[in-house]
Amino acid sequence: MAGIVGYGVHVPFYRIKVEDIAKVWNEDAESIKKGLNIQEKSVPSKDEDAATIAVEAARRAIKHAGIDAHELGAVYVGSESHPYAVKPTATVVTQAIEAGNNVMCADLEFACKAGTAGLQMVMGLVDSNMIKYGMTVGSDTSQGRPGDALEYTASAGGASFIVGKEKKDIIANIIKTVSYTSDTPDFWRREGASFPSHGGRFTGEPGYFRHITNATKLLFKETGFKPADFDYAVFHQPNGKFPVNVAAQLGFTDKQIEKGLMTPIIGNTYSGSSLIGLAATLDVAKPGQKIMVTSFGSGAGSDSFAIEVTENITSKRKNSTPVMDIVKKNKTYVDYSVYLKNRGSIKKT
Amino acid sequence: MRDVAIIGAGLSKFGERWNSGIKELMAEAGIMALEDAKITSHEIEMLYGGTMASGRFSGQEHVAALMADQLGFHNVPAVRIENACASGGSALRQGYMAIASGIHDIVVVGGVEKMTDVTASEATTALGGAGDQEWELFQGITFPGLYALMAKRHMYEYGTTEEQMASVAVKNHENACKNEFAQFRKRITIDEVMRSKVVSDPLKLLDCSPISDGAAVVVLASMDKAKKYHDTPIKIMASEQSSDTLRLAERESLTAIKATQLAADKAFRHAKLAPKDIDVVEVHDCFTIAEILAMEDIGFYKKGTAAKAIADGETALNGKISVNTSGGLKGCGHPVGATGVKQAAEIVWQLRGDAKDRQVKGAEIGMTHNVGGSGATAVVHIYKRAD
Amino acid sequence: MERSSASLWRKIRSRYNLIGNLCENCGTAYFPPRIVCRKCGRKSKMVEKQFKGDGTVYSFTRIRVPPDTFKEEAPYNIGVIKLDEGPMVEGHVIDTGKELKIGTKVKMVFRKMYTEDDEGLIYYQYKFEPL
Repeated sequence: MAGIVGYGVHVPFYRIKVEDIAKVWNEDAESIKKGLNIQEKSVPSKDEDAATIAVEAARRAIKHAGIDAHELGAVYVGSESHPYAVKPTATVVTQAIEAGNNVMCADLEFACKAGTAGLQMVMGLVDSNMIKYGMTVGSDTSQGRPGDALEYTASAGGASFIVGKEKKDIIANIIKTVSYTSDTPDFWRREGASFPSHGGRFTGEPGYFRHITNATKLLFKETGFKPADFDYAVFHQPNGKFPVNVAAQLGFTDKQIEKGLMTPIIGNTYSGSSLIGLAATLDVAKPGQKIMVTSFGSGAGSDSFAIEVTENITSKRKNSTPVMDIVKKNKTYVDYSVYLKNRGSIKKT
Repeated sequence: MRDVAIIGAGLSKFGERWNSGIKELMAEAGIMALEDAKITSHEIEMLYGGTMASGRFSGQEHVAALMADQLGFHNVPAVRIENACASGGSALRQGYMAIASGIHDIVVVGGVEKMTDVTASEATTALGGAGDQEWELFQGITFPGLYALMAKRHMYEYGTTEEQMASVAVKNHENACKNEFAQFRKRITIDEVMRSKVVSDPLKLLDCSPISDGAAVVVLASMDKAKKYHDTPIKIMASEQSSDTLRLAERESLTAIKATQLAADKAFRHAKLAPKDIDVVEVHDCFTIAEILAMEDIGFYKKGTAAKAIADGETALNGKISVNTSGGLKGCGHPVGATGVKQAAEIVWQLRGDAKDRQVKGAEIGMTHNVGGSGATAVVHIYKRAD
Repeated sequence: MERSSASLWRKIRSRYNLIGNLCENCGTAYFPPRIVCRKCGRKSKMVEKQFKGDGTVYSFTRIRVPPDTFKEEAPYNIGVIKLDEGPMVEGHVIDTGKELKIGTKVKMVFRKMYTEDDEGLIYYQYKFEPL
């Protein structure tokens, strides 16, 4: 059975508060904060992009896993803000972790669930003994259209997970994974367009809720697990409200999702979202505990995982950088003008 | 090894010369030098031309042949010498060697740079080529950035202050006021330097030499022929040069330019002289900190003590030692390839007693110091009036 | 000047991972890598060495007037960093709001160096983060 042997996260250290965005568009900050359950979001530095974030996360994952990067047989990077339309982010990551040349490699796109799609792929490659270790990364510096509701949540961050098969390496077994997919136009971006478009309230029920509940129920069916069997649950978190609602719908408690709910303090890191939530949960999980993860990507689909923590998690923790430490380090607030400058939105020519 | 003397010197006016290109600037300086030497073009045997980046600035390579052509020399062998900002001084040394070795008797050495045909930004980028392209310029480390790194460290190790650095600029502008060829003929104050825009801290705009157009030419002759052309030939007592690592970070020290120390040491030993014997010196003040480093590295002051001495006025015109009477690179201007040759021209006039308002009284022995990049090349010459 | 991708790709292992070298003959470490050891000349025995990226600020400056390629990035901090393993290396020091001093400890991070233009290449490289 394939399992997680290490993980790493990176979140840029700049933040912008909901108040500073709302002020510009003459909106009521308090009602937005309550409505979306979010305080502030991460903002990348001008010299950061989905590739640099992916590299920082990947380097931390290698350190945590304690493997030689040359042992990686595959590296996949999922994002909706790949720096190039053609030239993979994954090759930058592969080069930057010195994984050598004998690596299977590609970029993925499935809105916010590209990273978990990559997780399923490396699980298959590892389980079938095609490779010894495989890495998936979900990383984004997502663009929020100025003045749009998504501007309050679209942020930057990434997580990298390494999968292997040897029991002595594994910190958490992935017992089962399933997916639920359909052609649903809830949120999209055309080639060359600067900002994504979305169907407003259509993104809720027919998008997020339908796919997450169906994938999770399929997981329950195939494993026989019920919500109470899990100690933790992590959902894709486009804001701080949807995951709370879908958890309740499926029979999970607020306490179960608490540790993995990161959006209120860093925003929606898109392809990083579920994976960062999973990393934050693994930072505190104990051996024997079970974690349920269901991601969501617009377009649309959800990947669901049943995970069980092993004893190795405790001894390997000394080589990991806890997500909360990363989120707190060097945290610096910027105002809307600096936010625009860092995003490259201020035109000089 | 034969003795070599300078028998003629000429400069173009330095500054933003919109009406003049490389050809016009060379002709301006060259004709003046040839007339000074009372020599005809037929007698010239060889030309060395120094220019750093004529290709980047004007799209023109092959500049030595161009110089020989424009000065009316007839089929004279011509070679371009490039050593970044030390191109001129290096060309001078090549000319010296050609005569000292006995191969030629009369050699013309020219230096030119035309920097204003491109934008200031493009010029800054081109100048960055004096450093290491792969690791310094590629990372956006500009030329002022490199000297700023040296200045920061010098301030940290020796307590050198920004005001002391500013005093170099004030002195050199004062001297330039008396130099008809200088780009700037205006006095400045310490306060004005301190309030000028920061380029790369601690260096501010007025700590930096300007972008300039200009040319300089000297005529060299073997000593036995020199008297035929000029009553007061200026003998080159020593011509020495050294190189060092291209990258600043790889040097032994950020507060000393070893290439200067080595070249100056060799020059003093060859001429059997010491720093105290020098009456007037042109040092390479591409930035104010560079003059401070030069005064220490050549040996005029102990490491860490030059800044205060300069601020106290010891190196002003007719002070303990007169430094950069031409106005230096800061006041006279820095058309990169021309500078090393201009320095020689200034010393020639000083030692002949022809420096008018900026004459150093009783000047007998002079020196020039020309640096390439952040110190990968340094050229030092010592001169004495030969009568 | 239009860059060739090759001239910048050539040292990608050094730019991404601080891969330099070491002369086994005398034990001197170099970053960036040297073809020949400065001390040993023909007796050089160069082997690859990866530097951790931990070091101390030896000198620094904040560049406000950039070259063309860095017009969008200015101002930025440049440091001469003394790596723990010995070599001195020049590099960007990212701004974390902490005051930069000679002696500040730094570690390596991975960032964009510059982007050619909307259609050109993006160059990545090591930079340093103050601790």
